[in-house]
Amino acid sequence: MNQGNQVSESPQKLISQINNLTTDDPLVIAGRAFRSRFMVGTGKFPSAEALRAALAASGAEIVTVALRRVDLAKPQTDSIMSVLDPGRHLILPNTSGARTAEEAVRLARMARAMGLMPWVKLELTPEPKYLLPDPVETLRAAEMLIKEGFVVLPYIQADPVLAKRLEELGTATVMPLGAPIGSNRGVRTRDMIRIIIEQSKVPVVVDAGLGAPSHAAEAMEMGADAVLVNTALADAADHGGMAQAFAMAVIAGRLAYRAGLGPVREEAAASSPLTGFLE
Amino acid sequence: MDFLKVLKSWPADRVHRLIEAAGPEDVSRALAREQLSVEDLAALLSPQAAARLEEMARLAHRLTRRQFGRTIGLYVPIYLSNICGADCTYCFYAVQSGGHGARRTLTPDEIRRECEALARHGFQTVLLLTGDAPQAAPLDYLARAVAIAREYFASVSVEVYALSEEGYRRLVDRGLEGVTLYMETYDRDTYARVHRRGQKQDFVYRLDAIERAGRAGARRLSIGALLGLFDWRLEVFWMALHARYLQKECWQSAVSVSFPRLRNAPPRHSILHPVSDRELVQLMLALRLFLPEVGFNLSTRERADLRDRLIPLGVTMMSAGSSTRPGGYALGEETLAQFETEDQRSPEEVAAAIRRAGYDPVWKDFDRAFCETQQFQEENIFAHGEQL
Repeated sequence: MNQGNQVSESPQKLISQINNLTTDDPLVIAGRAFRSRFMVGTGKFPSAEALRAALAASGAEIVTVALRRVDLAKPQTDSIMSVLDPGRHLILPNTSGARTAEEAVRLARMARAMGLMPWVKLELTPEPKYLLPDPVETLRAAEMLIKEGFVVLPYIQADPVLAKRLEELGTATVMPLGAPIGSNRGVRTRDMIRIIIEQSKVPVVVDAGLGAPSHAAEAMEMGADAVLVNTALADAADHGGMAQAFAMAVIAGRLAYRAGLGPVREEAAASSPLTGFLE
Repeated sequence: MDFLKVLKSWPADRVHRLIEAAGPEDVSRALAREQLSVEDLAALLSPQAAARLEEMARLAHRLTRRQFGRTIGLYVPIYLSNICGADCTYCFYAVQSGGHGARRTLTPDEIRRECEALARHGFQTVLLLTGDAPQAAPLDYLARAVAIAREYFASVSVEVYALSEEGYRRLVDRGLEGVTLYMETYDRDTYARVHRRGQKQDFVYRLDAIERAGRAGARRLSIGALLGLFDWRLEVFWMALHARYLQKECWQSAVSVSFPRLRNAPPRHSILHPVSDRELVQLMLALRLFLPEVGFNLSTRERADLRDRLIPLGVTMMSAGSSTRPGGYALGEETLAQFETEDQRSPEEVAAAIRRAGYDPVWKDFDRAFCETQQFQEENIFAHGEQL
């Protein structure tokens, strides 16, 4: 029996089965329940086929697209839009490249006018070098978009106070970065993400910088509600294989979080307690 | 406005000494570093690094993939005018170069016809060009051309004579995304020798122009040196410093570089510093390792077979199906060309070659919705109405 072949022949089925392990534990964003806690970004893929393979194997239900990149007027010829299945994927438009709140709002309105759901992944990335989020403009844009009835998922620096401010405005999630976009460095902002998870009343999605399935598992073990991955899938030699590996890591991390991880110890537990004499 | 100071702190003899002093161990150290110093850059531009091209290529390929993915943006130039008031000895547009062919500046209606022809190929990113002639193509004309092109394309950039900050701001207000302006050569003596007339003779005004464009809000800033005019190792060193300077000064703009090689020149100009394919590859790789986040533009000046092989070595944008004649796409008139293109494949053929190389050809990477102009609002209503 060749397990390896079975897996690669039906990655969707496998991930679906794995997702069933957590059916009692859906991810709920703005009142909508999702089975998958793995969100996928669609940039940087070498072809439509590569993207299709990654999406199928990921089991992702929330898929983000850059409004600057896709041609919503001609979705059938666009190498990203033509792959997405609105029946299976919630298409989450992002405002990547916006420098000001006004630009982000205009992009979101345009997407809604073109028939997408009024959900928006707010990305205010005014500097093209590291694509880091601008906290001031993000806060302003979130306020404007929420007033217009959008469901807002903001990409932010791992800043616990900013996360609370956005939550108070009414964002549907917060999406702190693990490391700069595309850097594959993992959860470098771990200490701040831990505080965000502890304090947050909305789902926390660790976004950006996750370069390996172990990074995704780490974020989920910490109690993140979901992760978003793009570059690590787009840059893999086997896009479907890597998407599947991440999907499994996300589930494993979630199960470990729910099962309750033991504390990390610096030394072996003492066999004769120091306070035994008090007994 | 301080890049001149930076440039002055790196005179040719200093850069030359640094490059000459590099040994094999300096190249090894540069290849092992995560962030390269200017000394590392000099080592990678040195003759010593020529023996390490394969290693450099592997690193450059990986860095580019991580930053840009396996995608190549496609753009096309639209020459609006071939009337030129400068006298650049290497250029066929210069009157003194004795080139044949009609000279003209496209009317707004003709610009539309060119745009329509290119939009049919699927282009969403265009570069509007003129000669160095504010008389033939004044700012008002450029502003109108940008507005027209924006009706057809998501992204419009210009490559025109150096403007004032106010001038660039006017174009940005009409929806301009990017500005391309090549210094041609960063060596002041060479610059003075090959530029013999017009505003272009002002080295400092041209040097600072791209920073003015950044301050005026242009989101893409593209610089370049015309390789063949001076020692390429020094030119590329200076251009790399310029790119890094712009990344700091204009931190909200994406910086990209071009390395056009002068292949043919008018009879009066002899190409003193020709650059071989191998040297071109070395300079691209050195640039990529020094500047992992900078875009690389590759035009149809280069041969089709070479362009295809350069794709995995750091290229991020390619032009396709280009004509360097005003009216070259729709008007069918034999106007004077700036230079003859080497890669004459159609946009569709170039896109197919990109796919064969394992990359996704990207036609659109900007959106009109980023910029709010009167025109945008009208279009948006139209687009919405059409969908209903």
